[in-house]
Amino acid sequence: MIKKIALYLFLSVTGLATLIPFIWMVSASLMYDGHASTYPPRFIPDEFTLYQFQSLFSRLNVARNLFNSLVLSILVTIISLFFNSMAGYAFAKYRFAGRDKLFSLLLSSMIIPAQVTMLPLFLMLKEMGFINTYMAIIIPGLANIFGIFLIRQYALSIPDSLIESARMDGATDFQIYKSIILPLCLPILITLAIFTFMGTWNDFLWPLIALTDNSMYTLPVALANLMGEHTKDPELMMAGSVITIIPILIVFFVLQKYYIKGIMLGGVKE
Amino acid sequence: MSEENNHIEKKYFRSGISAAYFFLAPAMISIFVFFFIPVIAAFIISFTDFDIYSLGNYSNLRFIGLKNYSDLLGNELFWTSLRNTFYFVVAASPLSIAVSLGAALILNSKLVKLKAVFRLAYFIPVVTTLVAVAIVWRFIYHPRFGMLNYLLSFIGINPIDWLGDPFWAMPSIILMSIWKNFGYNMIIFIAGLQNIPEQLYEAAILEGANAWQQFKKITLPMLAPTTIFISIITMIGNFQLFAEPYVMTQGGPLNKTLSVVQYMYQEGFRWWNMGYSASIAFVLFIIIFAGTMLQLKIQKQTA
Repeated sequence: MIKKIALYLFLSVTGLATLIPFIWMVSASLMYDGHASTYPPRFIPDEFTLYQFQSLFSRLNVARNLFNSLVLSILVTIISLFFNSMAGYAFAKYRFAGRDKLFSLLLSSMIIPAQVTMLPLFLMLKEMGFINTYMAIIIPGLANIFGIFLIRQYALSIPDSLIESARMDGATDFQIYKSIILPLCLPILITLAIFTFMGTWNDFLWPLIALTDNSMYTLPVALANLMGEHTKDPELMMAGSVITIIPILIVFFVLQKYYIKGIMLGGVKE
Repeated sequence: MSEENNHIEKKYFRSGISAAYFFLAPAMISIFVFFFIPVIAAFIISFTDFDIYSLGNYSNLRFIGLKNYSDLLGNELFWTSLRNTFYFVVAASPLSIAVSLGAALILNSKLVKLKAVFRLAYFIPVVTTLVAVAIVWRFIYHPRFGMLNYLLSFIGINPIDWLGDPFWAMPSIILMSIWKNFGYNMIIFIAGLQNIPEQLYEAAILEGANAWQQFKKITLPMLAPTTIFISIITMIGNFQLFAEPYVMTQGGPLNKTLSVVQYMYQEGFRWWNMGYSASIAFVLFIIIFAGTMLQLKIQKQTA
């Protein structure tokens, strides 16, 4: 019994400690200028205000950055889901020359850090006139190896007989993909969709390189940029952080089951 | 017309191989053009003097052999960034793995109800935006108004300028990064723990093994594959340290938190020394590759 109480006490304290930064963030975002820069620090605003959010949206045009982040994350998620699922299906269910070699080449190249590709990618996209456009973010995100891997592993468990009988009924390969494979792969597609959405939303280094204008920035880049001029305005910066974090938390809370499962899948498989 | 199209489509797809290529093509072409070609191009660029003049006119480009690499090895700032990155990797990786394992063990204990609630609390930092939480922590670390110094004052610790002090800046980034990431590995550990057969513990208890012996003789060995996987992905991720120092310290104070990726970014995209920057990226790649191979080798020897 004592052991149990001690355990709960420990869990509660550490759980709360983990959440304190978020609690303080939300609280400070609801304060007037200067009210978060006091000693002792305030956990609860003395006067509640949405002033910081108003100035972010009216004066600093953060709505535009929010829009960029939303549009880019959604576009990259949809396109890459489409590309990855087709490739994952092909690797799982078709026999073709060099399949296993190609697949293991892809897997082993996952060790190459993305930073290696960034300089040439920047030059390529610059030649194409895509730097500082949505295309600069979408193009490198069209397909990704981890996504193909996840879908392949999942599609392997789909019985061949299902595909064969559909083929007997005269279904084309694309129809099979569309009306058998995709519905059966739905759980893993949702998992991958969350991964991709969050990855694109939270990404920093590449958008920082590829987007050069404030009106094109995604939220993290805009936020880091804002930080440069507002090191003494915690209230404003916390409001910006709240705007950046809230959408991703909503996605997570709604779909957390799939997200957690995806991590376990990636981890145990290896 | 549509019937004819349909017919052509059918005929085209009949042969399974062309269908396979049809499905593969979009992803493979994108990965080939926008991943593999850039990797090869980066390798080539690292042997050139690609700089801001070449950016305007490619004919200014010259091959200079290994000069970028030899310049790199002779550059004090590169060694500083490498030292900092190793400090971060060597300190943050084992610590965060230990915290993850501890949290997983507690959450896996049969004594605990409400597992999902605590798991969620620990996990939230993982999904949030790194830049945003780095900004939050920058204020938490504030020497005068920050939450951390305030809490520490209760146990009699005088205010510390966490991010402004050359000694404390990196440990501060490490603490923040552990807080941000431990939930991810915790989930993988929980999955690993659930895969350990219950009978093993029952047998051990029958033989009178205490909790510590069970942990050492059953839990740790059974978790070994999970642990090696986690330590590899954690190490790879930590070598790519960038956003935390970029937002919290800009690499300072006295370059004490300048990371390799940040150095690469500065050289490549601020000063446009792209040849030199590509060589930094490749050195990072080689280090990550060597680190991964080393861990796999250790795994083979212990297995």
